Amino acid sequence: MLFFTRWKAAAILLTALIVCLFMVPNFFPESTVGRWPAWAQRHIVLGLDLQGGSSLLLQVDTNSVRKERLQAVDEDVLRVLREARIPFTGRAVHNGAVEVHITRPNDVSTALSKLQALAQPMSGYLGSTGQRDLDVSEKDGLITLTPTDPAITERIRQAVDQSIEIIQRRVNELGLVEPSIQREGLDRILVQVPGLQDPTRLKDILGKTAKLDFRMVDLSMTPQQAEASHPPEDSELLDGQQQGEKYLVQKRILVSGADLVDAQAGFDSQTNQPVVNFRFNSSGAQRFAAATQANVGKPFAIVLDNKVISAPVIRTPILGGAGEISGNFTVQSANDLAILLRAGALPAPLTIVEERTVGPGLGQDSINAGEHAAYAGAALVIIFMLVTYGLFGLFANIAVAINVAMIFGVLSFLNATLTLPGIAGIVLTVGIAVDSNVLIYERIREEVRAGRSAINAIDAGFSRALATILDSNITTFIAAAVLFYIGTGPVRGFAVTLGVGILTTLFTAFTLTRLIVAYWVRWWRPRVVPI
Amino acid sequence: MRLLRIVPDNTKFDFMRFRRISFPISAMLSIVAILLYFFHGLNFGIDFVGGTLVEVQTKANPADLAKMRTTISGLKVGDFQLQEFGAPNDVLIRISEQPGGDQAQQAAIQKVRDALGDTVTYRRVEVVGPSVSTELLSYGTIGLVMAIVAILIYLWFRFEWQFALGAMIANVHDLVLTVGFMSLTHVDFDLTSIAALLTILGYSLNDTVVIYDRIREMLRRYKRMSMPDLLNASVNATLSRSIVTHLTVAMSLLALLLFGGQAIHSFTATMMFGVVLVGTYTSVFIASPILIYLGVGAGRMGEVEEPEPPPAVAAAPATVPAPARPAPPARRSRSRR
Repeated sequence: MLFFTRWKAAAILLTALIVCLFMVPNFFPESTVGRWPAWAQRHIVLGLDLQGGSSLLLQVDTNSVRKERLQAVDEDVLRVLREARIPFTGRAVHNGAVEVHITRPNDVSTALSKLQALAQPMSGYLGSTGQRDLDVSEKDGLITLTPTDPAITERIRQAVDQSIEIIQRRVNELGLVEPSIQREGLDRILVQVPGLQDPTRLKDILGKTAKLDFRMVDLSMTPQQAEASHPPEDSELLDGQQQGEKYLVQKRILVSGADLVDAQAGFDSQTNQPVVNFRFNSSGAQRFAAATQANVGKPFAIVLDNKVISAPVIRTPILGGAGEISGNFTVQSANDLAILLRAGALPAPLTIVEERTVGPGLGQDSINAGEHAAYAGAALVIIFMLVTYGLFGLFANIAVAINVAMIFGVLSFLNATLTLPGIAGIVLTVGIAVDSNVLIYERIREEVRAGRSAINAIDAGFSRALATILDSNITTFIAAAVLFYIGTGPVRGFAVTLGVGILTTLFTAFTLTRLIVAYWVRWWRPRVVPI
Repeated sequence: MRLLRIVPDNTKFDFMRFRRISFPISAMLSIVAILLYFFHGLNFGIDFVGGTLVEVQTKANPADLAKMRTTISGLKVGDFQLQEFGAPNDVLIRISEQPGGDQAQQAAIQKVRDALGDTVTYRRVEVVGPSVSTELLSYGTIGLVMAIVAILIYLWFRFEWQFALGAMIANVHDLVLTVGFMSLTHVDFDLTSIAALLTILGYSLNDTVVIYDRIREMLRRYKRMSMPDLLNASVNATLSRSIVTHLTVAMSLLALLLFGGQAIHSFTATMMFGVVLVGTYTSVFIASPILIYLGVGAGRMGEVEEPEPPPAVAAAPATVPAPARPAPPARRSRSRR
């Protein structure tokens, strides 16, 4: 136990040194570290509870993803059956599936095969998975098309990926510092913005789907008439921006916001009111030109997220593909709308399910508290160890100090996030790291009492104690692992420091303490153990 | 230099004798704790029941709680609580979960922000909607159960099944008493509390495993010593280590409790209770004697036992001051208790 070859000793010291070196980038300012090579730039990230900032957890509305898919299937069914000139009745979206009844029994098999052709094979990482994205079944002339679960899951995943991109663009436009936007689970997105104190504007920007489209206003009846009776088949009643304002608008979309190539906030040349100037791409511009040419003198509606924000009358055809949206805008709201239009529409609405914001005052207080606790705890433990075990207490203190340095090194290497519970974890690890040494020393004391010589007692102490150290630390490690798995945010930070601390403790107990004692024994050649 | 010896060498305290008292006491305390949980309840934080938590610092010093109360009740956001938190101009506002799903929570916090306006700076805002809170609660409970099962399996590998079961009973008992403590003191029960419970589980198992390890070693060495004697010997042998470690952990926790600030106060208080008070007690007075009841070492008749002499005993003893040669253990002729 006390015998170390030179190689082994060197390897141990080198490992400890390298791990500790990873701690170094934390002490230099960002600007200096930025010039170092990539592998040397890893450093600990301060959690939001220490540096202040906002964290928003957004949920993608999966129901709307489902609905859109079903609507697309519905339209495909219509198209296919019309092309094949197969009469049908009762086409409906029902219970998560599209149902359609084929009138003539003879047509059923043709209809079935044509509709089955709508199902696309799904592809996985290694090519086709052999599954299809649509289940088509038939019973008594009623054909049911159901999107399969893997297909929906895939669409949700795509929607989340797309949302992340759009959020990234919107957040960048707001000029926020280093936001972190990550997928969380199947259908959630975690947006963390350090330093953001009031997330109200951010929440506004992320909460809007920003689906813009241009449609014609339906003049066949007034909105009030449509409300009283039934709106016509291909129009719908939409709210305006003011309370109680309503418009009857055609369902057919002339040009959609997806064709926008730019949007900028500006001021109307005549009224000096804030407006949003927009420009279409070439196909959008063509469609816009055609629509405005065909409808001079009639009002068209600019619809944002199913609300009419403006319904100007087309005075002259707009051939240049550019225009202006005016309405009740303030400078800020015009700017925000321009940002939303530039970034693009979200594929599905986002809801905020969790929000945590920490102000800089509290953040700094937490850092101070953490530091004080750490120093106080360390001081108490160091003094206690010296008083109880003397020289060996000093060895234990050195080992624990290197242990803590290694914890920071590993955390830096992992770019881990340090939170206040994380600091608590480190303080606790100091308490428990000492235990490994205590186990060894008490065992040595016992062996000495039983009559062994100095060196034999030390040797026996180490060998007997190490198995116990392993067992006891593993049980705490299991608890830390479970906590990591179920925890979020600050609690996860605690689990990480606890887990890393246990690993480094095992390393230092098995190697460093032994090494220090071994070299002391070799150098001092004690006949008595000063313990 | 005289070193500090908190526990004298060669203690021979009879711990096992107390098992006839400690088991009933523990059973009673556990029942009390369970009753407390069901009738007194835990002070569930917003992590588990949803709602909004806002910590503000008012510009006016001290804060005018009455005025804030009227302002907020005017917003019609349902049940809420206001309390001073640390400094006299620090106020903690807690609003219960709004009906209407996640969007309703956002609407509520916006109302509060608008109403309080410039009169406060926000130290901290936390809004947890119903979807997340139910998840956190179920994850928390599942996590605890998973940890218990995982550790049980691990102990089963390393020791015999009686040891695994004994450790589990002792440590679940720890958790039950800690939950009772949390109910009694009404500390905030949120995600950090689950962290505390899991850590307590880990550390008190730490303790139990050390004693079990020694018991296992003694079972191999002294094949005919009676169980109570053997358990006593094991506990006495590890007593010094246990006391020292518990003191160091207590010192770390004390530092955290005194300096760590309000944010982790409930966490550290819970840990202190769990690890230091309950953990020590159960490792010695529950986890060890329970092995007798589980049938470990059945058939030991408690005969006179002479330990094997340690190998390679050198001529001169090894500590300062030099003690006399250790006397052989006192012969006991009492039969197994």
